[in-house]
Amino acid sequence: MAFDLQFAPVLDQSPALIRAFWLTIKLSFAAIVLGGTVGLVAASLRVMMKRRFRVIIDFYVETIRNTPFLVQLYIIFFGLPSLGLRMPALYAGLLAMVINLGAYSAEIFRAGIDATHRSQIEAGLSLSLTRTQVFLHIVLKPAVAKVWPSLASQFILTMLASSVCSFISVQELSGESATIQSLTFRSFEVYIVASLLYLALALVLKVLLTLLGHYLFAQRSPRRHGSSRRAAEKGVPS
Amino acid sequence: MIRPFGWPEFLFLLQSAGWTLVLTLVASLLGGVLAMAIAIARVSSNRALREASRVYIGIIQGIPVLMVLFLSYYGLAQAGFELPPIVAASMALSIYASAYLGDIWRGAIQSVHVQQWEASASLALTRAQQYRHVILPQSVKIALPPTVGFLVQLVKNTSIVSIVSVIELTRAGQLVNNVTFEPFKVFITVALIYLAICYPMSRFSRYLEGKTGVYLDS
Amino acid sequence: MSILTVENVRKRFGDNEVLKGVSMNVERGQVIALLGRSGSGKSTLLRCLNGLEVIDGGRIEISGHTMDYEPTKLRALRKDVGIVFQSYNLFPHLSVAQNIMLAPRLVKGMSEKDNRRVAEQVLSRIGLLDKIDAYPDKLSGGQQQRVAIARALAMDPRVMLFDEVTSALDPELTEEVLAVIEQLARDGMTMVLVTHEMNFARRVASTIVFMHEGKIWETGEPEAMFDNPRTAEFRTFASRNVK
Repeated sequence: MAFDLQFAPVLDQSPALIRAFWLTIKLSFAAIVLGGTVGLVAASLRVMMKRRFRVIIDFYVETIRNTPFLVQLYIIFFGLPSLGLRMPALYAGLLAMVINLGAYSAEIFRAGIDATHRSQIEAGLSLSLTRTQVFLHIVLKPAVAKVWPSLASQFILTMLASSVCSFISVQELSGESATIQSLTFRSFEVYIVASLLYLALALVLKVLLTLLGHYLFAQRSPRRHGSSRRAAEKGVPS
Repeated sequence: MIRPFGWPEFLFLLQSAGWTLVLTLVASLLGGVLAMAIAIARVSSNRALREASRVYIGIIQGIPVLMVLFLSYYGLAQAGFELPPIVAASMALSIYASAYLGDIWRGAIQSVHVQQWEASASLALTRAQQYRHVILPQSVKIALPPTVGFLVQLVKNTSIVSIVSVIELTRAGQLVNNVTFEPFKVFITVALIYLAICYPMSRFSRYLEGKTGVYLDS
Repeated sequence: MSILTVENVRKRFGDNEVLKGVSMNVERGQVIALLGRSGSGKSTLLRCLNGLEVIDGGRIEISGHTMDYEPTKLRALRKDVGIVFQSYNLFPHLSVAQNIMLAPRLVKGMSEKDNRRVAEQVLSRIGLLDKIDAYPDKLSGGQQQRVAIARALAMDPRVMLFDEVTSALDPELTEEVLAVIEQLARDGMTMVLVTHEMNFARRVASTIVFMHEGKIWETGEPEAMFDNPRTAEFRTFASRNVK
C-alpha cells in the first residue's frame, strides 16, 4: 500500500492548481513590491529624521520580527473587524505580508545604510551637498547594492510565507492543495506537486532578482568564492 | 457559551507556550545533529556528498515549512505511517531546522581561513583532527550569532504546526478566541508572549554579533 | 646522501605552467635560499615540497619519503617536514603552549609530560618561554612567527621549509626572526628558504638557487653568485634587491 503513487487524480485538478499558483504569484509579487517600498521608506525616515521616527520604527521592526507571521495575520483578519475594520481574506493576507516584509526589509536596509563609511558622508557634505542629497545620492544606492543578496533572500522567504495565508482560507497554492487533498485523498502526490511548484517559483524568483540586481547596480560580483570555500571543497591541501 | 478573557485563559496560553518551547528544543536538537552532518558533507572532498547536501538544503529552503509539515503528517499517513501530530510536527520542524542550520554552519566553516587548513595539514593532522581541534572551534564563534538568530525563526515557525492541532501557543490562542470572541485581546496577548520569548534571544544574537565582529552573509 | 631530491617537477595552474621541469638535490645540513621575482615559481616549488601543491609531473623525495598524495603517506611525510608560513597561521583559539603541543599529541601520541618538556625546550630555543601560556592575539608579529617556528620544530622535522616568513613583518621585528633561523642553521637543520632578505641569504645559505620563469636559472655558493653573477637575469635581480 505504502508507495502506490497516483498523480492522475491530482493532475486532473490542474486548472484549480494553476489558478491557485497564479494567485500565489500575484500575491507574492504585490507583497514584495509594496513591502520592499515600506521597508525602504521606513529605513530612510529612521536615518533622516532621527529623533522623531527612530523609536516608532524600531518598535515596529522589533515587534514584527519577534512575533510569528501567523499571529500577525490573525490580528489583522480576526482582530481588526472587532474594531470595525473588516476586509476580505485576500486583502488581509496581503496587508499582513506587506507589514511583515516592511519590517524585515527595513532592518536589512538599515544594516546597509549603517555600513556606509563615515568618510563617504564627509566627502559629500564637504562638497556642500545637503544631508538629503548626500543620503539619496551617496548613501542609499551603494547601501541597497550591498544588501541586495540579503534582500533577495528575504523576498523569497516572503513568497514562501504566502502559504500561511491558507490558514485564513485564501485559495493560494497551499490552500488549494489542501482542498485537493481532501477531495482525492492523494496527500503525498498533491503536496509533492505543490512543493515542486514552489521550488520552481523560488528558483525563478532568485534568477530574476539576481538579474535585476545586475541591471540596477552593474554589480561587480563580490569575490566571495575565495580560496577558503574552494579549498574546503576540494578537501583542502592534503 | 462565551467566556470573558481572564486569568484561566491566560494561564492556558502560557501553558501552551511551554509546548512551543518543547517543540523548539526538540527541533533544534534533532535538527542540529542532522545539520552538523549536512554542513560537513557540504564542504566534503567527496563530490557526491557535497551535491546531495546542496540539493537537500536547496529543496528545504525552497518550499514553505507548511509543505514539509503536510508531507510529514498527511503524506506519511497516506503511506501507512500514521504519526501522532506532535511527532509529525517535531519531525517537520527538525528537517526544516537541519537545512537552515546546515547552511549557516557550512558558511561558518568556510569562513575559517584556508591557512588554518594548510597549517594543520602541514602538521600531519588527519582531516578529522583538523575539524575537531582547529576548524570547528573557530567556526563555532562565527556560527553563534546567526544560529541564535535562526532559533528565533524556529520559535516563530512552531506556530505553523497549529494546523495539525498541536496545542502550542498559536493554536491555544485560536481555541481561546473561539470561546471568548475577543480576537484582539487574545492575539495581542499571544503576540506579547512570543515577544517575551523571542526579543531577548534576538538581543542576545545581536550582542554576540558585536562581540565576534564577524557577520555572516545570508 | 641527498635528503631532498627534486626531479623534473612540473606544475600548472590552469593554463599557466608555473614550474617547468625543476630539478635539484639537497644534502643534509644544507641551507638553500630560493630567490626570484614574484611569479618565478619559488613559493610554488616550496609548497610542492610538503604536498600543499600537487605536482603535475616529475618526482619529489624528501627525508626518505617519496611524494605520494595518499593521505596516510602524505601525513607520514609531513611528520618529517616542517613549514613556516608568511602569515604565521597560528591557531587563534589556542594558547602558545597548546599550539605547539597539538600535533605531537595527536599525531605522535606524545605523553603530556614529554610534550610539555619539548614545548618548553623549543620555546627556550627561540627565546619566548615566558609567553608559553599567552594567546596569539597578545603577541607581536615577530613573536607569533617565532612561535610558528617553534610549533614546527616541536615535531622534530628533518627538513624545515620557510615561505617568505619575514615579508609580513615590520623591519624591527624581522631581525628577531632571522636570528632564530640563523641559529637553526648553525645547529645543522636542513632548510629551504624562500626569502627576499638578500643579505641574510648571502650570509646564512650554503647554496643559492635563483629561479626565473619556472626554471632554476642559476645556482651556486652565495659569495660566488653575488660577486660574479653568470646570467643577466640574476645580475639584474641581485642589483635591484641587494642593498
